Amino acid sequence: MEVIIIPILASIAVMALGKRNSIGLSAILSLLPLIFVAQFFQRVGVDGGWKTLFDQPWISDSIRFTTGFDGLTGVLLLLTNILVPVIVLGGIRNDENQTKITALTLFMQGALNGVFMAQDGLMFYIFWELALIPIYFITLKMSGENAFKITLRFFVYTFVGSLAMLASLIYLFLHTANFSFSFEALRAVELSHTESLLVGGGILLAFLVKIPVLPFHSWQADTYTNAPAAGTMLLSGIMLKMGLYGLLRWYLPLAPESLEFFQPWVVGLAVAGVIYGALIAMRQKDMKRLVAFSSLSHVGLIAAGIMTLTLEGLEGSVIQLFVHGINVVGLFLVIELIERSAGTRILGELGGLAKSNRLFMIFFMLIALGTVAVPFTNGFPGELLLLKSMYAYKPSMALLSGLTIIFCVVYIFRMVQFSMFGEGKAAVASLKWNEILAFGIIAALILGLGFMPQMMIDIVHNSIVQIGQWVSEVRGVMS
Amino acid sequence: MLTLMIFLPLLGFLVNGIFGKFLPKAISGWLGTAAVLGSFVIALMSFMDLTGDTTIPERIYTKLFTFLHVGNFHVDFAFQFDRLSAVMTLIITGIGTLIHLYSIAYMHEDEGFYKFFAYLNLFIFNMLVLVLGSNYLMLFFGWEGVGLCSYLLIGFWYKNADYGKAARKAFVMNRIGDLGLLLGLFLIYDTYGSFEYQEVFRSVFAGSVESNAVNTAIALLLFIGAMGKSAQIPLYTWLPDAMAGPTPVSALIHAATMVTAGIYLVIRSEAIYALSPLAREVVMWIGLATSLMAALIGLKQNDIKKVLAYSTVSQLGLMFIALGCGAYTAALFHVITHAFFKALLFLGSGSVIHGMHHEQDIRHMGGLRKKMPITYLTFLIGTLAITGFPFLSGFFSKDEILVSAFAHNKLVFGLALIGAGITGFYMFRMFFVTFHGTYRNTHHSFDKVHESPWLMTLPLLVLAVLSVIGGVVNLPHYLGEGISGILHHTLNYDGGGKFSPILIYPEHAPEIEHTTEWLLLGMAVSVFVIAFLHTRNKYVVQGAVPEADSAQTGMGKVLANKFYVDEAYDTAFVSSLEAAGEVVGNYVDDKAVKGLVDGVGSGSNGISRLLSKIQNGNIEYYLVYMVIGVALLLAFNLF
Repeated sequence: MEVIIIPILASIAVMALGKRNSIGLSAILSLLPLIFVAQFFQRVGVDGGWKTLFDQPWISDSIRFTTGFDGLTGVLLLLTNILVPVIVLGGIRNDENQTKITALTLFMQGALNGVFMAQDGLMFYIFWELALIPIYFITLKMSGENAFKITLRFFVYTFVGSLAMLASLIYLFLHTANFSFSFEALRAVELSHTESLLVGGGILLAFLVKIPVLPFHSWQADTYTNAPAAGTMLLSGIMLKMGLYGLLRWYLPLAPESLEFFQPWVVGLAVAGVIYGALIAMRQKDMKRLVAFSSLSHVGLIAAGIMTLTLEGLEGSVIQLFVHGINVVGLFLVIELIERSAGTRILGELGGLAKSNRLFMIFFMLIALGTVAVPFTNGFPGELLLLKSMYAYKPSMALLSGLTIIFCVVYIFRMVQFSMFGEGKAAVASLKWNEILAFGIIAALILGLGFMPQMMIDIVHNSIVQIGQWVSEVRGVMS
Repeated sequence: MLTLMIFLPLLGFLVNGIFGKFLPKAISGWLGTAAVLGSFVIALMSFMDLTGDTTIPERIYTKLFTFLHVGNFHVDFAFQFDRLSAVMTLIITGIGTLIHLYSIAYMHEDEGFYKFFAYLNLFIFNMLVLVLGSNYLMLFFGWEGVGLCSYLLIGFWYKNADYGKAARKAFVMNRIGDLGLLLGLFLIYDTYGSFEYQEVFRSVFAGSVESNAVNTAIALLLFIGAMGKSAQIPLYTWLPDAMAGPTPVSALIHAATMVTAGIYLVIRSEAIYALSPLAREVVMWIGLATSLMAALIGLKQNDIKKVLAYSTVSQLGLMFIALGCGAYTAALFHVITHAFFKALLFLGSGSVIHGMHHEQDIRHMGGLRKKMPITYLTFLIGTLAITGFPFLSGFFSKDEILVSAFAHNKLVFGLALIGAGITGFYMFRMFFVTFHGTYRNTHHSFDKVHESPWLMTLPLLVLAVLSVIGGVVNLPHYLGEGISGILHHTLNYDGGGKFSPILIYPEHAPEIEHTTEWLLLGMAVSVFVIAFLHTRNKYVVQGAVPEADSAQTGMGKVLANKFYVDEAYDTAFVSSLEAAGEVVGNYVDDKAVKGLVDGVGSGSNGISRLLSKIQNGNIEYYLVYMVIGVALLLAFNLF
């Protein structure tokens, strides 16, 4: 409850303060929820199931404001409430939009926390949509002649997806014993084969668009490229994790009957996306676009891992959705700072930045290594588990999706080369305290999780085993 | 102790990486060197304990923590120090210390001095993880880690775009091999339920898998990894380009240690290879083809480091021939001696480049023996060792490989012998052209050429001594049973009755009659003599100078252009992938997928227009929509 309300209040406060607000104050405000998250871990723990923390009738008796906590929610809350401060610290430009974007970012923090804690289907839906509003406003701040078309496409996509999910939830709701939207009630609904395809398909669509999985991705690159840095970071770092979280939390438990049909489709499309995104990323000159397509590639592997329905895939996906959030925000922060200093983020126009700012170079290199999943960085353990799950699903799929470890080196180090190395006149301004802090948090998470991935496994293990059991009750024993 | 041995270089990396900027160069350099020397001393003491004291178990095992535990999948972060790891560790830290020492002088003018030592230390750490890990995943950790350090060090002079390209090429080609290795690891886990060497080999030995097809698949997948790291056909082209890195890096990473990781992997996995004759044949023929092809290319290279690079590729091929013949000791023996003489040659070439003010083309050298006596003498010893001058280290190790090849397959022996002969030709050609004849450089006068400082010549002298006497680690049996085959006994140690031998299936000496063996020796020596006399006659007596690449014709042109393999790869893979990226990005993604979705999303013009309105008007419409949705639900609830 607190983690939802505090950021929204903070958002109002920032709006009210206007120009009197400072980065320091916003950062402190955005850090407050993390204290409560830590408290959840301590007080509630991750040993039992998805424990309800707060439950009140909301819009009606059937639509309740119910929040819960378990390891899976815990990981997503950590991600959100660590990354939002990072974004506030490093990703918001000091210009006339600063106040608005900061306020919207904080509002979004509250909405996202709601998404990850909601135990009521409709509450989940409402927060899901609520989280879109600030990002919509932020992307409106973008520039470019195609702004209208890009926003429209983004809007159409999310709208269609959300509508399909809403329809599915309502259908389930109508079949509950006592007209309830609670997770348990929705889960208890028995579906025929056809029903499960329609209901499951509806829910799945919303998540596949948000992740995004090929071919539902074409809103992604343009939106990422044109949105202000904070918007891009929120979208890539946290919002698309809503889709992955949704798969794990809502799709698998609510419609496991539909898996038999959808599993090969989603795995196939996701793996296709791994290669598709990488191929395009290798040829991009705009660094933001490059990272956008690399994201398509990386997230495809996570989605595919989930849909293998193996323990390695499910737990690996949780590690990797966290790690991808950290690393992709790091990359976009790097790009943002380069653009602020050099005035461009086009690879052909850059070069030789390494000599101008050594500290920046170290951070960039570390984030790059995390992204290409070098051992002892955070990218490695998750990728290992995901590829292993792909191997368990089908060795051929492991070979195909494993190409990512080759392609990723190509496009990431191409980006490093043509921005940082070689000769060039441009320079990166020396880092300010807030940027160092933002990078410092990212760097600590890259190395920490690189050495000790088991910490995260221990957090999510019980939640994942529970989800696995629900799936295997319908699908037979999980490997 | 084991942990300290591994983490000392990491500590060196951290100290130099974080504080290096504020330290004087001397402290940075000596600190980095001391970290590796410390590891070497510990390794030496541990090795003596291991082999000397029977109360100590046959391997020292340390588990630090559980790295991953997911369901049935369990990997520990653990190390083991056994006889094989020990030999590798001694090479890595021993040669490593000498090369660090050398680098203090070689790099002293470089602005990235402390960074260089930080990277070198990081490399040593990763290399130690590779050989001291107690399971395949730890090996993979180090495997990737050394690849990364290799990338960082090849591209060390980052302002040069070509060096950057060479660095990325190395990383990418290694990653191609790594994918094979990774799939091999998955198959191992799938089949034997563990990554731990002990567990896997115990299961292999117990015959828990009926089908050898699985073992063959594992062996071949692991070998793909080895091809990448140890520069074998088809993944060898990165190694010559890797010469862009500073010369001490070429000596340490691209000659003595990292590139032998593939050989370590195969020896370590001997239990699996033993069950798959097919995989061994593949290893042998690939090794042979690589050995010959690289040697031929080496004949026409004029860059002193490029010659050595192709020579390394060729020698690595020779080691794989040995592995393919099942002669694991011979392969490891050659790893050791090669580390000595190739590090010596590379450091010697560095000394030449240093003395010649960054000239690398041997056609612009000549007569250097007068100006650089120590470099000359040590380089001569290195050249004699690699070409198989009797009773130097390379003579014994190469001979052992040839004998095993002879016992295995006469044709392979014949071709390998030719390869050894070609080695003599290109090595002496380089040696004579560089150090004999007349000085031919027009940029720097002969007076400016100078011998290198003692920090550089000392490692040369030490390595020269090792290149001479290195054979003692595994002398052939005809020199007396008492002193021969030390390495053989080390690898074929029976584990003291418990299950932890290095070679699960002990090696047998090739069954060859003594007269035949002497005959083979004679053939090897005569090949050496022919090569020596021919090149001496051509380059010293007649004073010939190699042609420029552009002046080459016919076969010479093909060799100078390295069989056009780079060009072929560019066309076949790089260009086609880039084209695919362009097509997918510009046409498929932009037109087809977007068009499809725009169409589907909009449905009809009407909806499209409606949506445009929503978008056009304001965000409020969107909110209204949401409210309507919620309202509808309330309506349902009212029912």
